[in-house]
Amino acid sequence: MMNMLQMPSRTQIAWIKAALFALCLLPALRLALGWHNDTLGANPIETITRASGDWTLRFLLITLCVTPLRRFTGLNWLLRLRRMLGLFAFAYGCAHLTTYVWLDQFFDWMAIAHDILKRPFITVGFAALVLMTPLALTSNAWSIRRLGGRKWQALHRSVYGIAILGVVHYWWLVKADVREPMLYAFALAWLLVLRAWWRELERRRQQAVPPPVPAYKGRVIRIVPTGK
Amino acid sequence: MLIQRPSDILPSEITPRARFEDRRRFLRDAGLLFAAGALGGALPSAEAATNAAPKLGPLTASPFSTSEEKTPYKAVTTYNNYYEFGTDKSDPAENAGRLATRPWTVRVEGFAGKPRTFDIDELLRLAPLEERIYRLRCVEGWSMVIPWVGFPLASLLKQVEPLGSAKYVEFVTLYDPKVMSRLPVLDWPYAEGLRLDEAMHPLTLLAMGLYGEVLPNQNGAPIRLVVPWKYGFKSAKSIVTIRLTDKQPATAWNKAAKHEYGFYSNVNPQVDHPRWSQATERRIGEFRKRPTLMFNGYAEQVASLYQGMDLRANF
Repeated sequence: MMNMLQMPSRTQIAWIKAALFALCLLPALRLALGWHNDTLGANPIETITRASGDWTLRFLLITLCVTPLRRFTGLNWLLRLRRMLGLFAFAYGCAHLTTYVWLDQFFDWMAIAHDILKRPFITVGFAALVLMTPLALTSNAWSIRRLGGRKWQALHRSVYGIAILGVVHYWWLVKADVREPMLYAFALAWLLVLRAWWRELERRRQQAVPPPVPAYKGRVIRIVPTGK
Repeated sequence: MLIQRPSDILPSEITPRARFEDRRRFLRDAGLLFAAGALGGALPSAEAATNAAPKLGPLTASPFSTSEEKTPYKAVTTYNNYYEFGTDKSDPAENAGRLATRPWTVRVEGFAGKPRTFDIDELLRLAPLEERIYRLRCVEGWSMVIPWVGFPLASLLKQVEPLGSAKYVEFVTLYDPKVMSRLPVLDWPYAEGLRLDEAMHPLTLLAMGLYGEVLPNQNGAPIRLVVPWKYGFKSAKSIVTIRLTDKQPATAWNKAAKHEYGFYSNVNPQVDHPRWSQATERRIGEFRKRPTLMFNGYAEQVASLYQGMDLRANF
């Protein structure tokens, strides 16, 4: 058991992933059932819009929790779940946009274009989803090989900016009660500050290591050509 | 005054709440059954029956009523904005039960010849109760059709004899931190205001009921304002003081965000809220959005109140 937690086998990872996948689908399933049974309240379209948006933001934050969790627990295999979590963030984001375009605006492209250009909260929300697209498209082993680890990582660091846009999107749409967006903002701030702190530690560590100085102590053996 | 589309619906012709709820329940249960079949398992049963509020009556029909399909009682009483009881739409229905609506008095004061305090039971007998089926348009972009019960605010104001110097009417609502939110979401107590001519307009209603019954707490019991051509937040709930003033009163949402919620807040599809469009609305229960009408469809009756005014500046 302990061993499994520390270092699960290939099969065990597969099972963990399958279970996580099912778990991540639950919010969507609940909405689908609620829609079908008419239990989403008086304004089901609003409920779906809100819930899909909430879950996009939550999955983004959960994805950003993987690295700290891995470092704090030493469970390195957690990293192997990150891609799925990130892709779920994107999937819920797409569902959110689809709800808006289809159920809310009913493909009124003029109104949608107007909204994206004129309403700052929609502008940043839309930008966040657009910026997530390349990350989703490169969330596969082939892309990592193709881009090279360094470039791939640089690209995927944009997730920090995307998460900020997501929180701003939520904050700007609220009428007066900002408690909930504030919770997300605090969670994100903590996750970002943690990373900044790690970076700073790493920088200090590198500075603390003295640069390799040429050693003159001890015997110096001169190698000189000798004439014969 | 020219009144468009006179309605001849009598209260007796309106589908009783219980009956249409039965229809709704049938439809929902049919859906549940289908889902249960599809899943091959049982699903939780429907919630317990609602406790019926006392009936109000006799009611007279009003020529101001619309013949549009009414929003179901359940939606009207579970999808509410009443921030003192929480900011989620479902919060007021869950929390407003704590509010005690008896005893209750309404003080009518200020620039009046005969200011005085009215008991709620006296108010219920002050003028003949009418049923007014009005459209309600929320600033958030949704709308309902609600059969209110009440009488024109003018009937009450006339009782206190407004002075010539009275230009505005301020409505102060209950704020009781013992039963309401202590969070400073808005500057409590919630206050609203109208120009005196708006307040005296025959469409402006003091409502004490809906669907022929006493107003549920979450809808602003025991007495609230209904101004159908303005965004919903203008229609203050659970009123305790009505004050005639000579200055434009400060209003709750205007104080919270003055570039977003103006004093007038007339429904106007041409003037957008800074953060969302007001051109269309979703009628609760409908799928597609519908265009929003100028003055929420009451232009015929109220447009003259604003003649010569720049409605973009006076939003």
